[in-house]
Amino acid sequence: MKPGAGRYEPYSYFQLMEVSLRELLVDKGIVTEDAIAGAVRAMRERGPERGAAMVARAWVDEAYKARLLADGSRAAEELGFEVPGLKLIVVENTPQTHNAIVCTLCSCYPRVLLGLPPEWYKSRPYRSRMVREPRKVLAEFGLKLPAKTAIRVHDSNADMRYMVLPMRPAGTDGWDAARLAMMVSRDCLIGVAVPQLPKKSKTRKSR
Amino acid sequence: MSDGKLVPVPNYRVGDRVTVRKAYPLGHIRTPYYIRGHTGVVERVCGAFPNPEELAQQRDGLPAQPLYRVRFRQEDLWPGYRGANADVLELEIYQHWLE
Repeated sequence: MKPGAGRYEPYSYFQLMEVSLRELLVDKGIVTEDAIAGAVRAMRERGPERGAAMVARAWVDEAYKARLLADGSRAAEELGFEVPGLKLIVVENTPQTHNAIVCTLCSCYPRVLLGLPPEWYKSRPYRSRMVREPRKVLAEFGLKLPAKTAIRVHDSNADMRYMVLPMRPAGTDGWDAARLAMMVSRDCLIGVAVPQLPKKSKTRKSR
Repeated sequence: MSDGKLVPVPNYRVGDRVTVRKAYPLGHIRTPYYIRGHTGVVERVCGAFPNPEELAQQRDGLPAQPLYRVRFRQEDLWPGYRGANADVLELEIYQHWLE
């Protein structure tokens, strides 16, 4: 056990601010404790399913794909996903170009579509190295790209949010969108992985 | 987008070469250090957004600043960059940081 674990720690400045604001809003009847707990739970439980559904739809519907690349937020709404305030840019992988997302300044991420970002996405090593040695970082994730594939790194540093549209794997002809979506992991949507056909044995890895 | 106020006309268009100002003001700055002083090409115009440097000071950030996605060649950014020479980096720069 860490020294100090379990000991009383006073609230930090921001924790105190959060608790004070929350209690005031509840006292004034603007929100309820249940509503806040429900929103926190929904955020924690949200995974990348919405982003994966958008990708799978784009794979089976060329017209949707065009709309997705033209206006990501509107394409999300089209599938019934509410994305208030989100300005989503979807970037497409091709045989010539691989895309990857990072936020060097903090940890900007389209949470409403992908859920909470993984810890490594918020870490200093990922944020600082992804912009300057992306090929090496991707290799560490197990993604070895051909030398002739150009890498396009997107630093999500301001008002836009990003999602990668990976390439549809070969050998999936005739699959419907629901089945295709199961291949699209969070890491594929960030661009540190590409969708793989399910292996015969179960060797799913997640970080 | 700005609320009913005039949205400034963007000074730059897709394909224009732009240079990020090399300046080091204090405060909440969304222009990363590593890109300051570098030259790239406008990839798209994203619209106009309240200036985050002003928002961070509890002001309204108006007039909104046109926001651009600018594409930089990785080889121009990092000395000794190892990778394909077609490798690029794209990020968003507000107009007042461009020249």
